Amino acid sequence: MRIGAYEIMNAYETVKAIVDRYGGKHDSVIAILQDVQSEYNYLPEDALRAVASQLGLPLIQVYGVATFFKAFSLKPRGEHVVHVCLGTACHVRGAPAVLDEVKRRLGIEAGETTEDMRFSLETVNCLGACALGPILVVDGEYHGQMSPGKVKKALRK
Amino acid sequence: MKKLRTAVELEQWRDQILSQHRAEKPCISICGGTGCHAYRSEDVADALAEEIERQGLNGEVELKVTGCHGFCERGPLVAIYPQKIFYQRVTRDDVPEIVAGAIMKRKIINRLLYVDPVSGKKAKFEHEVPFYKKQQRLVFGNNGIIDPKNVEDYMAIAGYSALSKVLFEMQPEGVIEEVRKAGLRGRGGGGFPTARKWEECRNAPSSDGIRYVICNADEGDPGAYMDRSLLEGNPHSVIEGMIIGAYAIGSHYGYVYVRHEYPLAVTNLSMALERARAYGLLGEDILGSGFGFDIKISRGGGAFVCGESTALMASLEGMTGEPRPKHIHTVVSGLNGKPSNLNNVETWANVPLIINRGADWYSQIGTEGSKGTKIFSLVGKINNTGLVEVPMGITLREIIYDIGGGIPNGKKFKAVQTGGPSGGCIPESLIDLPVDFDRLTEVGSMMGSGGMIVMDEDTCMVDIARYFIKFLTEESCGKCVPCREGLDRMLDILTDITEGKGKEEDIELLEELGGVIKETSLCALGGTAPNPVLSTIRYFRDEYEAHIRERRCPAGVCKALITFSIDEDKCTGCGVCARECPQGAITGEKKNLHVIDQDKCIKCGLCRDNCKFEAILVS
Repeated sequence: MRIGAYEIMNAYETVKAIVDRYGGKHDSVIAILQDVQSEYNYLPEDALRAVASQLGLPLIQVYGVATFFKAFSLKPRGEHVVHVCLGTACHVRGAPAVLDEVKRRLGIEAGETTEDMRFSLETVNCLGACALGPILVVDGEYHGQMSPGKVKKALRK
Repeated sequence: MKKLRTAVELEQWRDQILSQHRAEKPCISICGGTGCHAYRSEDVADALAEEIERQGLNGEVELKVTGCHGFCERGPLVAIYPQKIFYQRVTRDDVPEIVAGAIMKRKIINRLLYVDPVSGKKAKFEHEVPFYKKQQRLVFGNNGIIDPKNVEDYMAIAGYSALSKVLFEMQPEGVIEEVRKAGLRGRGGGGFPTARKWEECRNAPSSDGIRYVICNADEGDPGAYMDRSLLEGNPHSVIEGMIIGAYAIGSHYGYVYVRHEYPLAVTNLSMALERARAYGLLGEDILGSGFGFDIKISRGGGAFVCGESTALMASLEGMTGEPRPKHIHTVVSGLNGKPSNLNNVETWANVPLIINRGADWYSQIGTEGSKGTKIFSLVGKINNTGLVEVPMGITLREIIYDIGGGIPNGKKFKAVQTGGPSGGCIPESLIDLPVDFDRLTEVGSMMGSGGMIVMDEDTCMVDIARYFIKFLTEESCGKCVPCREGLDRMLDILTDITEGKGKEEDIELLEELGGVIKETSLCALGGTAPNPVLSTIRYFRDEYEAHIRERRCPAGVCKALITFSIDEDKCTGCGVCARECPQGAITGEKKNLHVIDQDKCIKCGLCRDNCKFEAILVS
């Protein structure tokens, strides 16, 4: 997604403040991208370009890092983020059926955002709260012992 | 806050902390670990603080929000000191009584006690709860009595005394020797002897003398969360271990590489580092010894492969986390091409214990080849989900039945999966296996970081194998062909089998492919990736054959091979299933038997979930 000249200036300034915080060091690129992402909720192209130029790194390296690690998203995310835990403990307790039901209700696949930008659906490998599995997290709120039948209620909020 | 400049000052400070501590003063300790947090223990903690204030007991009762107490199944957990009364499933409503009871020493709130489901007896104290009885919580047990944000709490339990002993009474070589004698092996998965690693790193040439000491907190195994709980609950023990290691190795620069998904661990660790620095326990000239060492935190970006040493170090340098061939080990040339020693969180946390209590004491615990204790996360189809710390050599049966309380809902135990995605499944016939590094490897699995996922008769072993291979396919960095392409092919074959399209020769093909991937992959991710498939074929070949030959999933899991139907005898015709069915596949008159149209059914399970009469059958 391209943004206008004003926003590019903005991205440059925003990124500069973050890069300066890390002393402009190459090895901080992951931390810098994490902070940029918490600023924008995703990594806009112009912000990536700004990071690359300010760190003096080739864009391909910054892009490589941004696409390699799961934490980063190059697409804007929805207003509400739904996480379905697919850790092993949740899996053996029936997480795949829960995921299928969430996908069916939202009409999107994991990693996608609904057209109205209201919901993004993401899967995680383990939330470390295995006693509650299967777990569904809506905007940081944990819903434990999930089953397909409980999905409707959890998403309603 | 004053910088401590000598070992004597450290002890004086400790004496001061201990003298202010009144042992008889009631203390309410509430678990703030991830599991309890998800049960909203925060709300209970807030309510406790308000109630203490309201009853005007601020000086009389202490409140501690601590790290994980381990028994996640029964959270939120509260312990009352000094008696060590153990309360579980605590809610806001219980708070006024808990606060009042803590003051009146003998008052115990019966309804909050744990009831042993076998004997029906109530347990008043933590050590009476069967979940804790067989554990030996040497590393993890302090979590319940420490406020991780408070370095004084750590000081009160002999914190940093091992560091002081090492700096002023021991030579670096002596430290390595002590760790060698203790028999400490890496808790991150490989089980490599820690002392050997340290020694090789110490002896590796470095032109400018720079060596790195790194803590691997990129805990990626799904279903394992002990490292997180240690970092969150007792960060100073990890820091102390790292400083001791750095002294032994001759390093002045440290890193903790921690998952970004662990924000609380990052916060608590950052705060602990700050405090340690302020007191002169970290940074230049530690305790006036002349030895300097500092630690930086690096947040990982979420990639399983970064648990591998070379990938982790690449990521620390700001690159994509791809491993490199290890003809030269990282102890010789690691981060920035310098000798680098990487150990995992739990390994570091064991170090102060070994120094404080001595190698002779430590090496008495465990088996011949595996010393000390190991923390496991006991999860899946188990009654008592939680983190358990047990001596090496304890049997799987003791862990699963005595500590874990067995399998829920009267189901039959089928297998336990250890070692994370690269581990293997161990069948019921081996349940008396003593758990240590070597025995787990012998049976085709591994220790890994300590995940222990229990499976019952309703778990399909082919589906589980497919689950792990799918996970690893997604997490494979893609650098080497065997792992990238080989795992993809294995996934295709397994998907076919679970969808009823398996062929007779598929099992042999999986075994052959698995063998090649193990032999030829670049790093340990690929080198161990086929384990879940190979171990399930080894022990559950009949399940594979049922899928392939009979197009049948014996556990009733694989969607393509199961059908939903309605039990004539149990259906009351209430119509709930028909209303819930998103496909309109269920029809029937009110108060009459309903039927499912198999052509329309998508097997989502909503009908079974909503039926109050257990009338939906899966076959």
